[in-house]
Amino acid sequence: MTKKFLASLLFVALLAGCASGVKLDDVPVEDKSATSSGVSTQGIGNDQNGAQTGVSGVVVDKSGSGIGPVGVAHVVYFDYDSFVVRAEARPVIENHARFLQANKQRKANLEGHTDERGGREYNLALGQKRAESVRQALSLLGVSDSQLEAVSYGKEKPVAQGSAEADLAKNRRVEIRY
Amino acid sequence: MKLVFLRIGLLSCLLKLLVLSALAVPAWAQFRVEVTGVGMTQLPVVIAPFKGEAAAPQKLASIVQADLERSGQFKGLAAGSVLLDETSRPDWSPWRQLSAEALVAGSVTRLADGRFDVRARLWDVVKGQEKSDFKDTVSAGELRLSAHRMADWIYQQLTGTPGAFASRISYVTKAGDRYSLWIADSDGENSKSALTSPEPIISPSWSPSGTQLAYVSFELRKPVVYVHELVTGQRRAVANFKGSNSAPAWSADGKSLAATLSRDGGSQLFRIDLNGGEPRRLSSSGGINTEPAFSPDGSALFFVSDRGGSPQIYRMPAQGGPAERVTFSGTYNISPAVSPDGRWLAYVSRIGGAFRLHLMDLASGQVTALTDTSADERPSFAPNSRLLVYATIFQGRESLMTTTLDGRIKARLAGQGGDIREPHWGPVRK
Repeated sequence: MTKKFLASLLFVALLAGCASGVKLDDVPVEDKSATSSGVSTQGIGNDQNGAQTGVSGVVVDKSGSGIGPVGVAHVVYFDYDSFVVRAEARPVIENHARFLQANKQRKANLEGHTDERGGREYNLALGQKRAESVRQALSLLGVSDSQLEAVSYGKEKPVAQGSAEADLAKNRRVEIRY
Repeated sequence: MKLVFLRIGLLSCLLKLLVLSALAVPAWAQFRVEVTGVGMTQLPVVIAPFKGEAAAPQKLASIVQADLERSGQFKGLAAGSVLLDETSRPDWSPWRQLSAEALVAGSVTRLADGRFDVRARLWDVVKGQEKSDFKDTVSAGELRLSAHRMADWIYQQLTGTPGAFASRISYVTKAGDRYSLWIADSDGENSKSALTSPEPIISPSWSPSGTQLAYVSFELRKPVVYVHELVTGQRRAVANFKGSNSAPAWSADGKSLAATLSRDGGSQLFRIDLNGGEPRRLSSSGGINTEPAFSPDGSALFFVSDRGGSPQIYRMPAQGGPAERVTFSGTYNISPAVSPDGRWLAYVSRIGGAFRLHLMDLASGQVTALTDTSADERPSFAPNSRLLVYATIFQGRESLMTTTLDGRIKARLAGQGGDIREPHWGPVRK
């Protein structure tokens, strides 16, 4: 598992170093199976004084990511309190639809995000609605449902840190990840 | 606003650092309790320094006093330099002059096997009579737990209700791009990391036994629900279905979780048997159904739904069935928490643009706002239903606060280095 993961990382690194003319059609880039290979457990259930703290620490390592269509935006933005895919996002979604139809073995994660306002779990559900809007748009363009997974990060991963409306607008988005 | 600073949990061997602490926030004092506001009826008590605590790893009296003050029901009076223990015959006149109503004194003694013998006596100062005795034998690492048990004993003796200081809270910190899940004493001290990850962790939830946590981790690039055994660190994904998996809540028997899954599209509530088997769907409306919270008797499930056009709190039978709306005022009511005694519903309501902690008396439906902050999140009740812990932004930083149910006494559990969020109050430790 670790070897495969390292190999795929190396492959991605090589690709990144290449000229942009690399054909991606038959590239078997690892996607979400590149998981938390580094999960480790350490027993600190008892502290140095012999007390039963009842807590053992666990460390999780970073996971990888794959490559989708080249030269195409992978983010779709949304209005406040809205789940409607804007007209301007149409070309982006059509590009990804073409890529996925040409590469039936590839899978895309549609990651919904919200701005910072409100509760974490409710925002997770709102981001899910956005991700599912994009999934529906891709499905309508003929992409197989088995190639798509709509998930949500809620407000956990803002790209802009500020609280001005311009920042909030950047955070209301769906990222298309491979 | 009156601010009383209590520095607690100081190690006697680090006394020298006290000088430094005036200059810089010491890294080892992880939390600082700030009590803001003064309640109407606070019982004046004296907790005398414990005999032998100068040589012990923990300052028991200050831990006990901070617990009692955070409850909002006590006012700690300075004990001065009196030398008292549980065998003393106190001179009442100085305490009566201070208007003290209760006095606690005791001792901590290291035993031959390395453990500590903790003893205390509680006196009624007004009557000049002893009221109750406390005795505990613990390892050095459990001295703080013993102090919290002592606070529970005093609380019970003087208020007639069980205390809940000998409990733990969990919470999440974000420092740079590291997320950590912590387990700490109910005062926020003595924290131990249960999990660190480069991806977000949210919604930690204690099992009824206090031995496991369920939570949502994004380490697989999507929200997945895990159950984590605290003693061993063993963890397993209990909901990793296609789509998002989130908002775990334990059933009262600890055998199943209610959680939100998007595998059928939308966000729907499911019951997940921890011994395996297919999740059973509980909610049937379209749109969003999330944040399940069981009533203490296990018969009902409170949850958030946007079925009426805006997020509101609803209640339905725990096995699924028709839902009735619980919140009616405002257009955004989320994050329900039911008190263990079943009387209260805490939740977050958006008022104007501010997200504020509210409390509903479930019998009458009467609602009170408990805060004047603007980004409150995720309330949960102490096991004795007398305090709430919640997350908020305080002086520009993500912080944890406790509040009494009348909103009058708030204490901040202020950590060092990074934002603190997602608190959940666990059961009292045996």
